[in-house]
Amino acid sequence: MLDEIKIIIHNGKQFITDPKNVQLPKPFRGRPEISTVKVDENKLVELCPVSAISANPVRIDLGKCTFCGECAFRFPEKITFTTDYKLSTNIPERLIVKEGENLPIEIDREAIRPEIKDIFKNSFKLRQVSAGGDNSAEFELNACGNANFDMGRYGIEFVASPRHADGILVTGPITESMAEAVEIAWKAVPEPKVFILCGTDAISGGIFAGSKALNREFLNRIKVDLYIPGNPPHPLNIENGLLDLIGR
Amino acid sequence: MTDKNQNICRVKNNSVTGLNIIPVYSYADFSSLVVELLSKDQNHCVNYFAFPDKNGLKFIAAIADDTAGDIILLSHFLASSESKQLNSLTPKIIALHIFEREIFENYGIDFKDHPWLKPVRFPHDRFDRNLKVNDYPFYKINSHELHEVGVGPVHAGIIEPGHFRFICNGENVLHLEIQLGWQHRGVEALMLEKKQLLQRVIISESIAGDTAVGHSLAFAQLMETLGDIKISEQLMVERAIALELERIAIHVGDIAALCTDVAYGLGANIFAILRTGIINYTQSWCGNRLGKGMIRPGGINLPFTNDHKERLLEVLSKFEFQFVELAHRTYKLSSVENRFDDIGTVDEKLIRTIGGVGMTARMANVNRDIRSSHPFAGYIEFPIAPVILPKGDVFSRFLLRRKEIKRSIAWIRNILENCNFDIPSGKPPSEIQLKPDSFAISLTEGWRGEICHCAITDETGSLMFYKIKDPSMHNWKALELSLRNLEISDFPINNKSYNLSYCGYDL
Repeated sequence: MLDEIKIIIHNGKQFITDPKNVQLPKPFRGRPEISTVKVDENKLVELCPVSAISANPVRIDLGKCTFCGECAFRFPEKITFTTDYKLSTNIPERLIVKEGENLPIEIDREAIRPEIKDIFKNSFKLRQVSAGGDNSAEFELNACGNANFDMGRYGIEFVASPRHADGILVTGPITESMAEAVEIAWKAVPEPKVFILCGTDAISGGIFAGSKALNREFLNRIKVDLYIPGNPPHPLNIENGLLDLIGR
Repeated sequence: MTDKNQNICRVKNNSVTGLNIIPVYSYADFSSLVVELLSKDQNHCVNYFAFPDKNGLKFIAAIADDTAGDIILLSHFLASSESKQLNSLTPKIIALHIFEREIFENYGIDFKDHPWLKPVRFPHDRFDRNLKVNDYPFYKINSHELHEVGVGPVHAGIIEPGHFRFICNGENVLHLEIQLGWQHRGVEALMLEKKQLLQRVIISESIAGDTAVGHSLAFAQLMETLGDIKISEQLMVERAIALELERIAIHVGDIAALCTDVAYGLGANIFAILRTGIINYTQSWCGNRLGKGMIRPGGINLPFTNDHKERLLEVLSKFEFQFVELAHRTYKLSSVENRFDDIGTVDEKLIRTIGGVGMTARMANVNRDIRSSHPFAGYIEFPIAPVILPKGDVFSRFLLRRKEIKRSIAWIRNILENCNFDIPSGKPPSEIQLKPDSFAISLTEGWRGEICHCAITDETGSLMFYKIKDPSMHNWKALELSLRNLEISDFPINNKSYNLSYCGYDL
C-alpha cells in the first residue's frame, strides 16, 4: 500500500486541467496559416502529396491534408503550421484554410441538427468503427480516455455496442470489406444519432484516396455531423471537437 | 554476389541486386533448396512472394541467415503457358504457409497438398473476385458437444477489425481461427500508382500507425539503396533513436493494456501516462506523436540537435525512475503473476515451426532480432544485444517488454553520451532516381519484429513491384495456437500480450 502511494505521489498531477487552452510545443503541426506573399503557386500545388492545396487564391483543405508539413518546409514564407490544435467542425467548407484569412476553425452551432442539439450535453456515448485506416486514429482515440486527457470527465465515452451508443465515429477510409459493417453498425444505433468522421483518411480517403480497395458510397447517403481532421488527430483536437458538438 | 560453387546468391541487408543476378531455378530445385535452407535453425524466411514478369510469374524467396548476417535470394519463373499447380512446400516447412496462401490468393497458384490454402486478406486485385470477405472457409468440427463463438469484424472497443472464430468444448478452446483482410486498402498497389516520392513516403508511414517509424525507415532505406544515396552516420543514429523511442512507447502502452485486463488500475493508468511522456517527446521532435514526418529518404526535415539531446536525457531519466518504480511493484504482484504465468504458452519448437519473428520469437527462446543479426541504421556502429526469454507464455511477453524498455533506454543513453549533434543532418531530396532492373531488400526491427520491404524496378528505373511484410504476417499464427486448450476468457490477455497488427497484415 505504501509503495502504491509513493508511486502516485511520484507521478504527480497528470491530467490536463483545461483541454480548451493548452499550449502545444512546436513543431506540432496544427492549423496552417497562409500568407499573401506571392510564390510559384503551380509548384506549391504540385508539391502536395494529397492534392489538398489549390491555387488562386491559395487554399489548403484540411479534410485532405496529411499534415506532412512539406509545403511549409519548402515555402516557409507562404505557409506556416501553427500549434492551434482545434481543427474540428461540422461544416466542410470551414475545413478549407484560405490565404490571408487565418481564422480559427469552429463549429457552427446553428447548423447542428435540432434533434441532436443539446441533448448529449451531459452524456455522450460513441461506438467507434475502424474501416481501413492505419490504427493511428484509434491510438489517439484510446489516448483520449487515459488519465492525461480524461475525456470521461465530460461524460464522453466509447461503448462496446452500437445499441448503447448515441452515434458512430468512423476512422479509416472505408474499405470495400468494411463498407457493410459500417452501415450495419450505423443502423444498430437508436435515434437520434450522430455520425462522425475522425481522421483525414476517414474524411477524404487521405493518402488512400483513389484506391480501388475503398467503397465510400455510404457517405453519399448520410449527413456527417462532425469532421475531425488530422493524421492522426491529436487527442485535444478530438476532445474539443466532441465538446463543441455537444455544447460544452 | 553469387557463390560460384553452389550458385547461391547471398546479399546483405539494404542491398541492391540486378534482377538477372538472382539465380532462377526449376521449381524442383527451388523447392529442394528452400527446404534445405529452412531446415537449419540459423535460417528463416523473411519474404516469399511472386510478381507478374514478362508472360509469367516470378517467385522470389528471401531467406535470412542469422548467423552470417546474409540474405539468400532464390527465384523461380513460371511461364503463363505452364500449369498453375505446384507442389506446396508447407508440408515440409510450415513457416511458408502464409506466403503460399498469399501467392495462391493473388495469382491463383494451386499449391498441391497445402493443408490450409485459404484467403489471406481479400485484396481488391485478388485472383478470384467472386470470393467475398463474408465467405471465408472456416474450419469446422461437426459435433453436438462443441459450439462455435464468432467475434468481429467489429469488436467491443476502439480496435481494428478482424473476425475470430473459436471452436469450444464448454469453456475450453479447441481451435481458434482468425480471419483478417477488413483493413485492406490497397497499400502495395498504391505504392506503384502514386508516383511522387513524398506520396510513397506517406503511404509507408500509414502501413501501421503504431509502427510509423519502423515501416517508413524500411521504405527510406530501400529508396536510398536503389538510388545509391549514402546518408551520414549521424542520421543513421537519429533514425535508430526514433525507432527505439517507438519501441519504448508502444511497449509501455502494452504493459498498461495488460494491466487493464487483469484489473490492476494503478498499473493501467500510470504506465499509460508514462507512454504519453515518450510520445510527446517524439512530437516535440518531429511534430507528430507517432513519429510521422520523421523519416525521409536521404535526409531529415527536422534534425536531432544537441538541444533535443539534452531534453531526451531529461525525459528518459524521469521516465526510467517512474517506470522502474512501478514495474518493480507490478511484476511481483501475485494477482498479476498468477493471471499471466503458464497461460498461452508457445514453445521454441512451435515458434520455429511457424516461423515466428521479433518479440514473438524472443519470448520463446528464439534469437531473432534484425538489429543484431542484420544490423542497419545506428545499430551498425552501436550494436544492441537482443533480450531472450525461455518460456513463451503471457508472462514472458509481459516481461520481455519491461526488459526491452530498459535495454533501449540504456542503448539510447550510451549513444547520447558518445555522439554530439552540432551540425544538423541535411534536408531530404525531393525525388530519387532509382537503379533500373534491380531488386532491393530492406529489413528493420520494429517493436513487433522484423519488417521487410522489397522493391523491384523495371528497365526505366520505375517501381514495378513493391512488397511489404509486417511481422504480424508470421505471428498471428502464434496467437491462434496460444489459445488451444485455454479458457475462452483467456483470449483478451493473450491477444494483448502479442498486440499484432491488423492494418500491417491487411495492407
